[in-house]
Amino acid sequence: MTTEFQDGWELVVGLEVHVELTTRTKMWCGCATTFGDEPNTNVCEVCTGQPGALPVVNERAIHDATLLGLALNGSVAATCWFHRKNYFYPDLAKNYQISQYDVPLIADGYLDVEVPGPDGDVETRRIRIERLHMEEDTGKSLHVGDTGRLHGADRSLIDYNRCGIPLLEIVSRPDIHDPETAQAYLRELQAIVRTVGVSDARMEEGSIRCDANVSVRRPGEELGTRTEIKNLNSVRSLGRAVRYEAKRQIAVLEDGGEIVMQTRHWDESKGVTETLRVKESVTDYRYFPDPDLVAVVSPADKVEAIRSELPELPAATRARLAEAGVAAEQASTIVASELGCWFDDAVAAGADPGAVANWLTGDIAGQLSAAGRSMHDSGLTGAHVAELIGLIEDGTLSTNLAKQVVEGMIEERGAKGPAQIAEERGLQQVSDEGELRAIVEQVVADNAGTVEDIRGGNQKAIGALVGQVMKATKGQADPRKTNELLREAIGT
Amino acid sequence: MVPEGVSLTGLSAAQLAAKLAAEEVSSREAVDAHLDRIAATDGGTPDGDVWAAPPADELGPDHVHAFLRVTAQAARDHADDIDRRRVAGEELGPLAGVPLALKDVLTMRGAPTTCGSKMLDGWIPPYDATVTELLREADIVVLGKTNMDEFAMGSSTENSAFGDTRNPWDLDRVPGGSSGGSAAAVAALQAPLSIGTDTGGSIRQPAALTGLVGAKPTYGTVSRRGLVAFASSLDQAGPFARTVEDAARLQTVIQRHDPRDSTSVTDRPPDLLEHLHDGVDGLRIGVVRELQGEGYEPGVEQTFQVALERFAALGAEIVEVSLPHAPYGLPAYYLIAPSECSSNLARFDGVRYGNRVDAPTAEEMNAATRAAGFGPEVKRRIMIGTHALSSGYYDAYYLQASKVRTLIAQDFRAAFETADVLVSPTSPSVAFGLATKTADPIAMYLNDVATVPASLAGIPALSLPAGLAEAPDAPGSALPVGLQVMAPLLRDDLMYRAAWAFEQDLDFAPLPTGPRAVGGAA
Repeated sequence: MTTEFQDGWELVVGLEVHVELTTRTKMWCGCATTFGDEPNTNVCEVCTGQPGALPVVNERAIHDATLLGLALNGSVAATCWFHRKNYFYPDLAKNYQISQYDVPLIADGYLDVEVPGPDGDVETRRIRIERLHMEEDTGKSLHVGDTGRLHGADRSLIDYNRCGIPLLEIVSRPDIHDPETAQAYLRELQAIVRTVGVSDARMEEGSIRCDANVSVRRPGEELGTRTEIKNLNSVRSLGRAVRYEAKRQIAVLEDGGEIVMQTRHWDESKGVTETLRVKESVTDYRYFPDPDLVAVVSPADKVEAIRSELPELPAATRARLAEAGVAAEQASTIVASELGCWFDDAVAAGADPGAVANWLTGDIAGQLSAAGRSMHDSGLTGAHVAELIGLIEDGTLSTNLAKQVVEGMIEERGAKGPAQIAEERGLQQVSDEGELRAIVEQVVADNAGTVEDIRGGNQKAIGALVGQVMKATKGQADPRKTNELLREAIGT
Repeated sequence: MVPEGVSLTGLSAAQLAAKLAAEEVSSREAVDAHLDRIAATDGGTPDGDVWAAPPADELGPDHVHAFLRVTAQAARDHADDIDRRRVAGEELGPLAGVPLALKDVLTMRGAPTTCGSKMLDGWIPPYDATVTELLREADIVVLGKTNMDEFAMGSSTENSAFGDTRNPWDLDRVPGGSSGGSAAAVAALQAPLSIGTDTGGSIRQPAALTGLVGAKPTYGTVSRRGLVAFASSLDQAGPFARTVEDAARLQTVIQRHDPRDSTSVTDRPPDLLEHLHDGVDGLRIGVVRELQGEGYEPGVEQTFQVALERFAALGAEIVEVSLPHAPYGLPAYYLIAPSECSSNLARFDGVRYGNRVDAPTAEEMNAATRAAGFGPEVKRRIMIGTHALSSGYYDAYYLQASKVRTLIAQDFRAAFETADVLVSPTSPSVAFGLATKTADPIAMYLNDVATVPASLAGIPALSLPAGLAEAPDAPGSALPVGLQVMAPLLRDDLMYRAAWAFEQDLDFAPLPTGPRAVGGAA
């Protein structure tokens, strides 16, 4: 495996991913965690840092973080603590963030990601995960006036609704050497987070956020000076930003320059990273154990009980699908778009796995996407998909008709099954032999020239005749039957 | 003991509670008597629903200035409500209707909580401290909020942003601190009970200097929720009273497990009252070698020696014990407490509540607000703590101090194998003159030398009067000396039992006397 990125340079990337856990209440108080509520409505004395207020750990958050840590093959600390990370910022209510320092809740995990290999095959890469630690989110600053960023703003407003939402920071080792692997890691992490159900992991709502630490070096050399890229709002941004930053660093170094340790801001519209702040020295956060909290203790039996709650993880689902005959790419799509339960239901209802995967990831996904909807709010069930495939297999529907039936099901929001839609909309195939034979004979009679061609050996020309039959039946003729009858009538 | 037949303000809480229960007197009458006493002795203008203390520069020489704010009407209303319920036959708690003064570091809805600082100007807490809730649940009537050293940092109450509190035994002397207001209120008969908080001695030292009983319960038995934090791992609220029994009764009310405070313990000490009167016959009383001698005033030393003789005469076995690491307690404390305070006080930034000094950027506003809002001692401790936690110094300071703390706790465990309770003088001196130590922070810190070890170990400790002694700067004076009693974790009951036996034997009258004592006692 080559790790060269460009012109003999190796790219080294480590990712820091923050996941907001979807617990009902915040990390240290009973306030709701709902996204998008009116500013400062989900707040209390604890999450606004009022004098005298004390934090109490949300046990559910520890449970969820542990579950995710186990899904990422990590080991759970038998005892760990919370530390205070001290820094002044207006949206940080206490001017310290409760986080973890020397002993994180979870350490030493890894994530296997699949990326396309050079020959079009799939390669698996293991990205080590250094740690997962529990912390709390900050409030949100809204800067009014000028650019909407802090610098040059007329005034700033703060919404503390987000302050104190449980946040899990997942730090990878610098094991990533190309933008595609970085993207695959983030996508896979997102899929795992959703599968274990601890967060909705929506990048656009900030419930999963990613910072990238990027450096370049000649292979075998010491790690180069890194920069940290922020404001990566999609998997696509991550790939673009890492690629841009790597090329920028290479250009600087090849020009004889030096990389300055700094935080850079990804500008999605310009497609560039820009200096946000230069780190002249490491910020001194004066970490110390939070005296308001006690140790988090995770005895082995508790950890094993949580481990037993783990659902089938995406990699296992993909492997199972592949074994059932689903193409690798479709299996990935099914897992990534959380179509697994529809797949399972349809197969359980007797449908062929390959056909189910084809329909789910192909026409059904395409039509839903065109309608601006998802499978989750479509009303469609696995049984609908199985029924649809059954109707195709028994010749009631052609592929084309089946697509029209899908359209109908989407319009009806799943209220009616495929058979009912096909019947109501007159979409069944004409496969009645007598009826079809009459049409075929008429077509043969009307197209003597083409018929001669075919008899002369031009087998492909039969397609034109099939088309004529379809036209005459408004697409409802069974193509296989039509072909059969045409050949019989022509005598080939 | 408090003499019988005196006015309502001279009664102990237990005596007053008995009269209330017998309906010889109403809670409203008790509250009014104490409000009158406050009006007569504390300064300020006693009118309206809430009486504000006078500005610092308008304090008269004879004013105690124990209260920052007297919530007079709320107290009267609460008392009336208790009286109505008593007449209606409702079952009330043992201290129902008894008035109390609350240190202004504990939140109470509807009234400002200042922590003796300008920083919190205008802040009305949106919630009651758990201690405040428990007082209300017990139908104890809060008269108001008492003065204190700013954010509980100090040993004389001279670090208040709102002026000094004076010692009722000598109005030219300090009442100790940081809970000086709560101590002075009880000593001046403005209230039979008060609540203070103790981080390194802030209840015990003022109790000693004002002739009261003041107790720091086992860390974790009284909820810190709503106690504005100075040093979270040390802060603990506790009672002030004029008798041991009153203090035990008040501690019983406020010690309860609180699921909203993670450091609140589920265990409670054995009932504080059940064996209160069992005496000290056969009890092993350990004298801590390191907490006496050099640095203690002769009058204090002498009174302490007499106290030991009294204990022996009562049948106690006096044993000498050693806390080898106790001499490192004070430096360790003055690293740990400032470290925690530097972080705890970071939230006072002008963004959400309290004072704000406007400036062009958020950072400048933070800095200007903090520069204007905090007094010099608070700034000093924030600076010390910030330094002690900073990278490169953490191991040498904070971490090392934490290790000393562990060693001191081990010392205590070893000492309690040969002694049931430990005793020492509470404070190296009797009450000292106003403004005599303010220029020398180290001299001020030395007030805590005997109280800090128990704080670091989390064990229960109280101070009770051991007698009167002459102040070195005032020949012929007679000022209270405190005796500290320390007990193992969760054995607050033993501490009270030893203290009660001593109190009965000594028969100390907790009524300020002397040429500059607060006027018109009882």
